[in-house]
Amino acid sequence: MGCGLCEVYCTVQHSKSKDIIKAYNKENPRPISRVKLEVHKPVSFAIQCRHCEDALCVTACLSGAMQKDEETGLVTHDTEKCIGCWTCIMVCPYGAIKMDASGKAVSKCDLCAELEVPACVANCPNGALVYKEVKP
Amino acid sequence: MPKYVIVGASAAGIGAVEAIREVDPIGTITVISEEPCPQYSRPMISDLISGKADFEKMKCRDDHFWKKNDVQALTGRTALSLNLSDKYVALDKGDHVNFEKLLVATGGKPFIPKIEGANKNGVFTFTTLSDAESLAAKIEKAKSAVVIGAGLIGVSVTEALVKRGLKVTMVELQDKILSLILDPTASEMVENAIRKAGVTIATGQTIQRVIGKTENDNIVGGAVLTSGEQVQCDLVIIAIGVIPRMELVSGTDVKTNRGILVDKFMRTNVSDVYASGDVAEAYDFVFGENRLLPLWPLAQLEGKVAGYNMAGKKADYLGGTAMSALKYFGVPIISIGIANPKDDAAYESIVKHEPERNLYRKIVLKDNAIVGVTLVNDIERAGILFHLMKNGVNVKKFKQELLSDDFCLATLPRSLRRKLYPGEYK
Repeated sequence: MGCGLCEVYCTVQHSKSKDIIKAYNKENPRPISRVKLEVHKPVSFAIQCRHCEDALCVTACLSGAMQKDEETGLVTHDTEKCIGCWTCIMVCPYGAIKMDASGKAVSKCDLCAELEVPACVANCPNGALVYKEVKP
Repeated sequence: MPKYVIVGASAAGIGAVEAIREVDPIGTITVISEEPCPQYSRPMISDLISGKADFEKMKCRDDHFWKKNDVQALTGRTALSLNLSDKYVALDKGDHVNFEKLLVATGGKPFIPKIEGANKNGVFTFTTLSDAESLAAKIEKAKSAVVIGAGLIGVSVTEALVKRGLKVTMVELQDKILSLILDPTASEMVENAIRKAGVTIATGQTIQRVIGKTENDNIVGGAVLTSGEQVQCDLVIIAIGVIPRMELVSGTDVKTNRGILVDKFMRTNVSDVYASGDVAEAYDFVFGENRLLPLWPLAQLEGKVAGYNMAGKKADYLGGTAMSALKYFGVPIISIGIANPKDDAAYESIVKHEPERNLYRKIVLKDNAIVGVTLVNDIERAGILFHLMKNGVNVKKFKQELLSDDFCLATLPRSLRRKLYPGEYK
């Protein structure tokens, strides 16, 4: 239904304060959402990093910031190592990688490492987002 | 005897090691590399100059990469020649390494035209870490530089020098900078940003000769352009481009054109000999032919494909194409495939240019399939367009929407999404 709550909760979850009002009104730069709401009326859905098995962003990364975690299968991104060259943005077939708020590095879904269920899924009022393990 | 021998330890070599180890955990791997240092990102050498990164940040693999992958690393060593009948690589100290499978991933070297005075102290090329370190050592005392070549390397080194406070003159033989990857409009948008940063751009020109300082003719003091104009400078950086390093295979049966010829498995014409990266001419899916594409992500991918095949797992290289993501002078740009289509009715270019937003989008079509993408400033959906391009999708029904601010995955018809992203509908 395109409510955009996934983006709101993602933004809050990746803010410093973890508080919706502070995150939107006080934090500078304002944290960005790592999930993208794709809308082309009447179609709408949320898209975030798919943590691809054969991740093009990992092979393309110039600095080694983007890595595939062999144990968890997650595609991890090290902001400290990232040089913001935008090569991963160029190759991601989902368009799921964004420039971060600083404009000097990229930002993408980390599946809310510290939560049991990612914030976008937990707060999707319509059950459109589902979190489950799929065998490659 | 080592099962796998890899010459070169940059993007393609690293990719190959990782792929081999995915398939074969025990076969011995020997890597020969001239560079004694750990794996680092070549495209980041300009960040070393600008101060944006130190070597620690440039490392693109962890410190135990060789050990972790159980590789015998012969670093700081040079592979001199190949003996293909006895299957060995001769090394610089008179020793040699036998191989069952060989990967030539020797990369590229800077192209240096004949320029009078190019042997003077203060003339640099800009390809390796050691080039960058030599240049970095001279920057403190330098006030100005002339950069020859306004391609990717030239623009990146220019930006780094500007950040270090140098006055830079960029000299480019073509009429436009970055002319191989950008069309005139996009090129001009970058040019404006570069000029704003105080750089002088001289196009349609090159350097006649490098001249010395009055007090010491051996030290760079200036450069004379083809127009006759003389530019004072303390440094000259030759950044015209790279050419494949094919010395190792020259005189052998390995077939070469401008680079080493490979098939889609990264095999050369000689059995058990593979090539990948800047030294190889691999498949370009836009042009439908093999050609040189010296780009880091492609080198890594080609190395990976070679590694799989060397280890016995069939893998196809689906082909790459010219693709560059730029961050220079604060203007994000992505350019994929054809930027300047030939004046030919077969090509159609659709364009959206909004100078007030500094926004430019251009898509080049051939038979209603995307063969070129240029995005300036709003680049985040580039990957979707690239995916459409790689899959040769007929975009006739929604081609104008490709230029829209709102273009996204949802723009694609449902049936097409199902086809292009099958994993999402399992």
